[in-house]
Amino acid sequence: MLIRKAPDLTYADITPRSVYLDRRKFLRAMGLVGATAAAGKGLFDLAWPPETALAATQFSGLIKSPFSTTEKQNTLNDVSHYNNFYEFGSEKSDPAKNAQNFKTSPWTVSVEGEVKTARKFTVDEILKLAPLEERIYRHRCVERWSIVVPWIGFSLSVLLKLVEPTPKARYVAFQTFYDPRQMPEAKYGGIDFPYVEGLRLDEAMNPLALLCVGMYGETLPPQDGAPVRMVIPWKYGYKSIKSMVKIRFQEKEPPTTWNRYSSSEYGFYSNVNPNVDHPRWSQAKERRLGEIFTRNTVIFNGYGDQVASMYNGMDLKKFH
Amino acid sequence: MRAILVSKWTKVAIFIFCLMPFGDLVWRIIKSDLGANPVEYLQHATGDWTIRFLVFTLSITPFRKLLRLPDLIRFRRMLGLFAFFYVSLHFLTYLGPDQSFDLSAMWKDVAKRPFITVGFAAFVLLIPLAITSTTGWIRRLGGKRWQLLHRSIYVAAVCGVIHYYWLVKSDVRKPLFYGALVGILLLWRLGNWFFKKGSAVAAKLSAQRAPANSSQ
Repeated sequence: MLIRKAPDLTYADITPRSVYLDRRKFLRAMGLVGATAAAGKGLFDLAWPPETALAATQFSGLIKSPFSTTEKQNTLNDVSHYNNFYEFGSEKSDPAKNAQNFKTSPWTVSVEGEVKTARKFTVDEILKLAPLEERIYRHRCVERWSIVVPWIGFSLSVLLKLVEPTPKARYVAFQTFYDPRQMPEAKYGGIDFPYVEGLRLDEAMNPLALLCVGMYGETLPPQDGAPVRMVIPWKYGYKSIKSMVKIRFQEKEPPTTWNRYSSSEYGFYSNVNPNVDHPRWSQAKERRLGEIFTRNTVIFNGYGDQVASMYNGMDLKKFH
Repeated sequence: MRAILVSKWTKVAIFIFCLMPFGDLVWRIIKSDLGANPVEYLQHATGDWTIRFLVFTLSITPFRKLLRLPDLIRFRRMLGLFAFFYVSLHFLTYLGPDQSFDLSAMWKDVAKRPFITVGFAAFVLLIPLAITSTTGWIRRLGGKRWQLLHRSIYVAAVCGVIHYYWLVKSDVRKPLFYGALVGILLLWRLGNWFFKKGSAVAAKLSAQRAPANSSQ
């Protein structure tokens, strides 16, 4: 028993199209090699910079999501050149430079633990699980900056339901790919790798929790967590794990990277909350990238209507 | 070497050098080339240049002695004032964009956040040093008292390093780097002081002993 629910095939053409584009790019590149072989590799690099080999693939026919905000979006350039991805360096400008040769294909996500049907998904399989939506979310970093990003993906719950969690499953643990050879900067980051994150099962099943495969109409750039990541818009950014390779259902609360680093500063829940300060700085305000002055931070990053009920009766200071 | 150090043009050249980071920031503002978070860029750049100029200022005395180039003193005031120039800009990028020029909000923040408190303390400590940096003030205070007052740069530099250390999340390489530099420069002074004190005591002892010996 692999996939019980018949996948919606409306988007089955996405993958062939990306393969097709890759092939076309490959052929074009080969043609160029032939044409410039005599001129040598230098000219080839000049005419066809290596980065273009990683150019994003466009998605088409994206569904508009009712969860989208109408706030002004940040630019793709900002969102892809101001990143926290410590595996590729701890400065905001590092990942854009250091992740360009990050090998994100082939890629599989292993789903395991307390489930009836543990299995591995290739990215192509994930793309076929559900119609892709564009969701324009606010994204609030614990460092007091925020962005508005048109992500692409579908609710994580689609995948979670498919593998049928057992009654024992109460939490979902996530893990980022880690390869010190591809990520030589990681050792200076000060945190442990591989990067791990986690959610309570009900949080992971919340329709806002997005299994994300793209942004700005295209596949994810490597520095933004290609090829597949999570986006949890009501929590601080570090909960939205990047370049995910493992999803594990379990009974116990999983360890999370920043909590392990400093539990007083970074809680397991990490819900955006202007009333609970980081010990070293206030969380009452944030700076939207592109703006000079700060604006007030909203509890649950403005997604209270969808998520607040999950935390009824909980002391949000204690479970920060 | 001495001719170069005392030349008016050397001072002008160093002045221009010290202004270059500022020029770079102005140029980037004009071209709007400050990255995705311009305010943070300005905050970090002015903060970095403050700690660098504090380190430059603190290096003058050790270099004067180690390299036997007493004329280096001619640049110390300028370097110190540039440290103050960059810390003032740094403070403005906090007071303006972060606190919207709201002084009462700023005081609350300063009181509540150790990381802000220690940075603010460093800035405040440097204000009297900048004011009393003139020859007139050295005369008015007298060399000894002036020197005592200006030793608060040691405290300011240490506060600056702590401020930096408390700012970063987990990659502490840069604050540790500046911390090491400040540490070396302060330890050198401590060593120098002990050495001087030691030799002064030795001189005193031998001076006491000498007549005692001769009297026997």
